[in-house]
Parts: sequence; C-alpha cells; structure tokens
Amino acid sequence: MASVTSATSAGAGELTAGLRGFREVQRLAYDCAEAVAAQLKPGVTERAAARMQREWLRERGVRDWFHLPFAWFGDRTAFVNFRIPLQFFPTNRELEPGMAFILDMAPVHNGFTADIGYSGCLGLNPVHDRLLADLEAHRELILREVRERRPLREIYEDVDRLMVRQGYANRHRAYPFGVIAHKIDRVRQRRWSPTLFGFGTQSLKGLASDALHGHRDGWSPLWSPYTFSDHPPQPGLWAVEPHLGFRGTGAKFEEILVVTDSKDPQESAFWLDDDLPHVRRWQEEKAA
Amino acid sequence: MNTGRGRDKGRDQRPVQGSGEGSGQGAGREPGAGLAGATERWVRTGGIELCVAELGDRAHPTVVLVHGYPDSKEVWSEVARGLADRFHVVLYDVRGCGRSTAPQPLRGGFTLEKLTDDFLAVADAVSPARPVHLVGHDWGSVQAWEFATVPRTEGRIASFTTMSGPSLDHFGHWIKRRVTRPTPRRAAQLINQGAKSWYVYMLHTPVLPELAWKGPLGKRWPQILQRVEKVAAGDYPTASLPTDAAHGAWLYRDNVRSRLRRPRSDAYAHCPVQLITPTGDAFLSQRLYDDLEQWAPRLVRRTLPAKHWVPRTRPDQLTSWITEFITTQEEGDPAKHATTRGPYADRFGGQLVLVTGAASGIGRATAFAFAEAGARIIAVDRDAEGAARTAEMSRLIGAPQAWSEVVDVSDEAAMEKLADKVDTEYGTLDVLVNNAGIGLSGSFLETSTEDWKKVLDVNLWGVIHGCRAFGRRMAERGQGGHIVNTASAAAFQPSKMLPAYSTSKAAVLMLSECLRAELAGQGIGVSAICPGLVNTNITATARFTGVSAEEEKRRQTKAARMYGLRNYPPEKVADAVLRAVVRNQAVVPVTPEARGAHLLSRFAPRALRALARMEPKL
Repeated sequence: MASVTSATSAGAGELTAGLRGFREVQRLAYDCAEAVAAQLKPGVTERAAARMQREWLRERGVRDWFHLPFAWFGDRTAFVNFRIPLQFFPTNRELEPGMAFILDMAPVHNGFTADIGYSGCLGLNPVHDRLLADLEAHRELILREVRERRPLREIYEDVDRLMVRQGYANRHRAYPFGVIAHKIDRVRQRRWSPTLFGFGTQSLKGLASDALHGHRDGWSPLWSPYTFSDHPPQPGLWAVEPHLGFRGTGAKFEEILVVTDSKDPQESAFWLDDDLPHVRRWQEEKAA
Repeated sequence: MNTGRGRDKGRDQRPVQGSGEGSGQGAGREPGAGLAGATERWVRTGGIELCVAELGDRAHPTVVLVHGYPDSKEVWSEVARGLADRFHVVLYDVRGCGRSTAPQPLRGGFTLEKLTDDFLAVADAVSPARPVHLVGHDWGSVQAWEFATVPRTEGRIASFTTMSGPSLDHFGHWIKRRVTRPTPRRAAQLINQGAKSWYVYMLHTPVLPELAWKGPLGKRWPQILQRVEKVAAGDYPTASLPTDAAHGAWLYRDNVRSRLRRPRSDAYAHCPVQLITPTGDAFLSQRLYDDLEQWAPRLVRRTLPAKHWVPRTRPDQLTSWITEFITTQEEGDPAKHATTRGPYADRFGGQLVLVTGAASGIGRATAFAFAEAGARIIAVDRDAEGAARTAEMSRLIGAPQAWSEVVDVSDEAAMEKLADKVDTEYGTLDVLVNNAGIGLSGSFLETSTEDWKKVLDVNLWGVIHGCRAFGRRMAERGQGGHIVNTASAAAFQPSKMLPAYSTSKAAVLMLSECLRAELAGQGIGVSAICPGLVNTNITATARFTGVSAEEEKRRQTKAARMYGLRNYPPEKVADAVLRAVVRNQAVVPVTPEARGAHLLSRFAPRALRALARMEPKL
C-alpha cells in the first residue's frame, strides 16, 4: 500500500488517512482487550474469553479477521509443552486467582487490520508484573535497531540475547515460523469472509502475495530467525510481538510498527500509537 | 478427662545442670547428658511418673517432642537444642522408658488410650493455656497420630510433625485395602512392607525380646546403630536402653494386633500435619503415606534421603522444617499455604543451594529450578549483574532467600573466602552445583599453553576448588548433602574439534565418580551431568584457536545459530539436575545425542572414534 508506506510526514499526530485507519482499529482492539480483561473472573474459560472478544468486536462492526481472537491462561501464556499449532486455540482451561492471561486478537475494520496482544493477570502475580516491566526494553531495542536499518534476522537475535540476559525464554519462537513480527496490510472488504484455521482468508491471501513478491525481491513478510529474514526492514506495517516466557508465566505485547522509506531516522520507523495500555503502564511506573 | 490431671499439681522442678539431686523420686538414673541446660520436672499421671525436660523461653510457642522405640527423650537432644532458640521445647520419656516409671503390670499398661492420657497430662503441665505443637518420631509418631486424631485432644494440638511412624489406624486401612482388592502393584506393596516389619513379629514373641535386649542385643545396639543406621556415636543411646527396649515391647503387644484388626474409621487429623519421610527407612515403606491426604487434609509433605533415625542423623534439616512449619501455623497466613511449588518442593524446601556459573545458561536455569522448589539460593558468577539478576528472579519464583556472589571459580583463595562467608552467614550447603565452564574449540596443535591453562583453570580447577572448599564442610557437618558437577557429553565423545574442552570435562567426570565413591559413606551424593548441545551462550563466548579474530567472531555466531536451531532449552537440563539429586544418579547424559553418545561409548566406542574425526562446517 503505497499510501501507507510513503507516510513521510508522520510526525506527532499528523498521520495520513491510511495510518489513521490502522490506528483506529488498533485502539478498538485494545479497548476490546481492556473491556474483556475487566470482565474476567475465576472460572472463566479460554473459550469464553475468546468468545467475549469476538462478540465485543462484532457488535462494533468487525466482520473479518486477520486471525480470530485467542486467549491463553496460566502456563499456556508461556506455551508450555506446545508441540502442534492446534494447541494455540482456546481450551476449557479455567482462570484462577493469580493466573496470568494473554488476549490476542486481529480484527479487520473498514478494511484496516490490527493485530494486538494484551497481557494481564487476575489479582497479584509478581512474576507477571516483572515480565511486563521488562518488555519495555524490547520495545525500545526493536525500534532503535529498525531505525538503524539492521537486518531483521540480526534484530531478532539481539532481542533473543536481551531475553537471555534478562533470564527469560523466547516464546515467540513457538509461533508459526518462529516469527517475532509479521506484515499486515489493508484487506478488501467482502460480503463473505471465511477463516481457515482461525486465519482470515483475505489476510492470508495478502500475506501469500507479499511472500511471493518478497521472495522475488529478497524479503519476507515474516520476521523470523531464518535466512529468509536476512534483509533490512521492508517499508510497511509490521505487527511486532515479542513474547517472554519465564517458568510457566508468559507476557507479550503486540502492536503495529510503521516502517517507511524515509531517510530521516525518526520518520523511517515509529510505533503507530504510543497511547496503549502497556506503554501507559510503564509511564505510570516511572512517574510513581 | 484423665486421671492424672488433678494430681500433677504436685510436680517438682529442678534444673539438671550441676546437681546430683537430679535423680528424684524417679527411676534414680543419671539425668540425660544430652539435654544440658534443660529443666526437669515430674508429671504424675495414671499411677506413673513421667520425666519431662524443658528448654527455651516459656513465653514462646510450645513444641512437644515424643521419642520412639527403643529410645528415650535423649534421641531428640540435637533437634531440641536447635529448636530452643525459637520455641519452648518440651521432651518427655514415654512411660516405661528413660527416667519415667513403668506401669504395673506391664501388660495392658501401654495402650494408646493411656499414652494419650500421658500426653494430655504433660501438655496441661507445660502449656495449660495454649495448644502445643507436636513432633513425633517412630513410636512417638504412632502415638502422636492417636493424639492428633482422637476428639478429646481437639484444641490442645496446634500442629503435628510426623516422621517414620504411621497411624496404626491408617496402617490398618492401608493393609485392608490391599488385601481385599489386591492388584499386582498393591500386592507387591503389601509384601514389601510385610518384609520390612519383621521386627514387629519378633517383638510379639513372649520373653525372648526382653532377654535379648537385656543381654547381647542391648550391649551391641550402639554398634549396630552406628554400622547399619549410620548414627554417630555420642550421648545416644543412653544407658537405660535395655529397660527402655524391654518395656517398649509392650507398645507393640498392647496395640498393634488390636488396631490393625479393627482400625478406627474416624482417625482424621484435627490439626495441620507435616509428614517427613526418610527415603532410606528400613522399617517403613514410603507407600504407606500414599493416601494420607484423605486422613490429614492440611498435609505438607517433606522427603529426606536418610535412614530411620533422622533425629540423630539429620537434626539440622528437621530443625529447619519444624521451625518453618510451626512458624507458618503460628502466623496463620493463609497466603503462605497457598503458594504452589515445583515438583520437588517436598525435597528441597528451605535447603541451601549454591550454583556457580549462575549468571546465564544452565547455571541460571538450575538456580531457578531449585528456587521454584523453595530452596535458598546462592548464585555465584564472575558476571555481577547476571548473578544479581538470577538471585532477584529466584526470590520472585519461590526462593525464601537468595543472594548473589561475585567470584571467579578458578581463584582458589576467593573460593575459600566464599566458603567461609557462606558458612558463617548462610549455613552449610545442602546442594552444591559446580556448573561454571567455558568453551574452547580448535585443534590440539594450534592450542597454546595459555588456552589450555584458561580452560583447565575454569572447567577443572573451578570444580576442584568448589568440591574442596564446600565438600569438606559438608562432610564435616555429617548430615548428608549433594554435589553436582556439570561435565559434558564431550567427556565421553572424543572430537578433534574440542581437545582441551573435552579433556577438562572428562577430568570432571572422573573426578565426580571418584568423589562419589569417597563421600558415599557420609551420605553425600555426587552426580556428573553431561548435557550435550544446549542452547546457551557458551558458544557465543567460546574461544576458537588458530583463527583470526574476525573468523573467531564468525564461528561464534555460526555456532550460536547452530545451537539455537538445535534449541535444547537449559531448563530441561535444570530438571535433569534436580532429578539427579533426588535419585542420586552418578552420571546423567541429558540430550538425546548425549545419551546416544554415552551408550555408544560403552558398546561401540569405535563408532565414536569415527565421529571424532568429523569436522562440522562452521
């Protein structure tokens, strides 16, 4: 989408119409996550939490998905013993006091896609708090290195090293292709929008076409630890999702990173929105 | 409720120390030499007199220690001393034992009902207002189970710690279930426990046990305890042993048959129970406690690699567990009970564990695994920041205490200093993990003397210093422990790529095996862990000899990527470390390739030699 990637005048607040659309749907998704998280109580199952997200977004006009909402509770937030991708889907695991949870959803609204991850816990969980606080360094590291135009594979390895130094395990490695991020884009609105294994077919189509083009030009829409990611950041929108795991507790954030072809480092890459729950939380902690 | 309560007002008190009149109206024997500083008094109940000793401040919570067979209260001397700082410790000789008098006639004088009378009389005498914390070993525990499950003691017992003594009622039900519905496993359990109970059958024969105890058995018992049960010689057993044992035979004769035949069906504990199971108990199967939650809903389990006489062989560990349990009950903090712990919490809770190389990789994961099981952690590394982070995260996931220490393991003086510091500030180690190591790759002819020195200094001398400094103190304490040395699959897999590294690790493996043989007699286990290719940063920091700095950097990155693709997590190695300690395994290859190499090294060493010639492209 040329209109998005050439957003060179993206200073504070002055986003192009395209970026504004993405930001709106990202905010909508985070509002949904916060609304659902506020309703979680002991005994709610992952399936119920996923359904709550789905219904909340449907009521607000979401008809298509990049992927259907996921919910992970307890040690499933760290993908303990995950062997096959089917294990990502919500189960009947019930939420208990002190348990960490992650809500992950990717709605498409008015043709704009967002993919977000929201980590929380029910009651007190010092380990979870610590993980969430330590994610801040990753958000800074990723942005800095993308602005330096480092190859994505190297950035991936640097994130990995930071996690190891912090004492955590890299859990985004468990995602398909071990991705820390993937490209997202606008999606054509259709009357019928089926999903395939939880992923919207329209979005999959977009990803596949990106993969095809990228394969010819030497880049990939999947940001992975493998050689096909050994290229500088490709302009576009990337849903970045570093996921930390620590002995049965996991935490992640996921939000959109805008990469442009601008020469100015500040404008060559920026987080689409800095007013998100996890960012606010870090600011509050610093202020306190 | 009991006949003696009205009369025990007439009890007299006198300190034991430095008084010849310590022997009063009692049996007229010498006061217990192991209980220096104790105040003794006599409690009259049901026509007999019980000798009761007290230590510690009476304002503190009261702990009553009940001894087993064929012992007297002196069996508790070391535990009592350990508990006296924090608690009001009360010990008494069970009727017919030590300096308490025996009932007349003996037959029928040792029933659990009468023993309960005794306990209530003692409890009322020493702590009339507050419930007491009960601790029992062997027959002391058997009778304490009765105290903790009969209605008339309700409200008098705040908590109960049991070791090596099941409730006869629970035991009866345990047997019944296995006899009435025998599966192969249940039948095997029954036969196993049946064989372990041989002495119970012997004690039911008339007269012979008394004759044996008063004759040759009584004379040789201290040596038997020393040789078979590894109980150190000292103030125990006391001179009263032959009569204690002869009278105590009636404990069995008066209770075992009747209770096992008709076990009570309402034997539910009315207080929180802590079960301490010695895994090497020659008289009691661990399976006896499998269904214990059914009888004691608020159960805390502990296991201890030791033989039957834990109050003598593991007093420090008992003191710490009893203290922790009672303190938790006294504080009554429900959040503390709710903390879920790792799978080995029963084994490592409260133990002191030191891990070297704990700033990253396997060392850090091991520290975390022990922390999750509730152990106290000392994280040692050259990297101060990493070690501090390990200690901090350990506290987050369940370590009651965790410290970091910055020490280079290859520095002997620094290790000695660390050992001194640990000993004075934190206590004696229960588990030592010598894990620190560095990588070195490159052909032998291109490896310089300095490179050799460096790798041997850390990988081999680091382990030697650790084992010397901490192993000596462990052995001196004489209460067991465990040493884990991180060797490598390279210890048995030769390779032309890693001559120096493999040599150092092979030395660590052999050192561990020799040390294991040496320390086995003192209850200290030694394990060598051989991980294999594990995703840690040892590859990124490894030295590659005989190549330019640039090429070295490239190879480090390449090796790190290769290990990353293999992606065997250090957490799994940490699990193997804990398992090795619990099972006291000698050599533990961890990854499948390490296990394969270990197997080949024994059955097809030529295949390994062929592999050694290969050179992976880096």
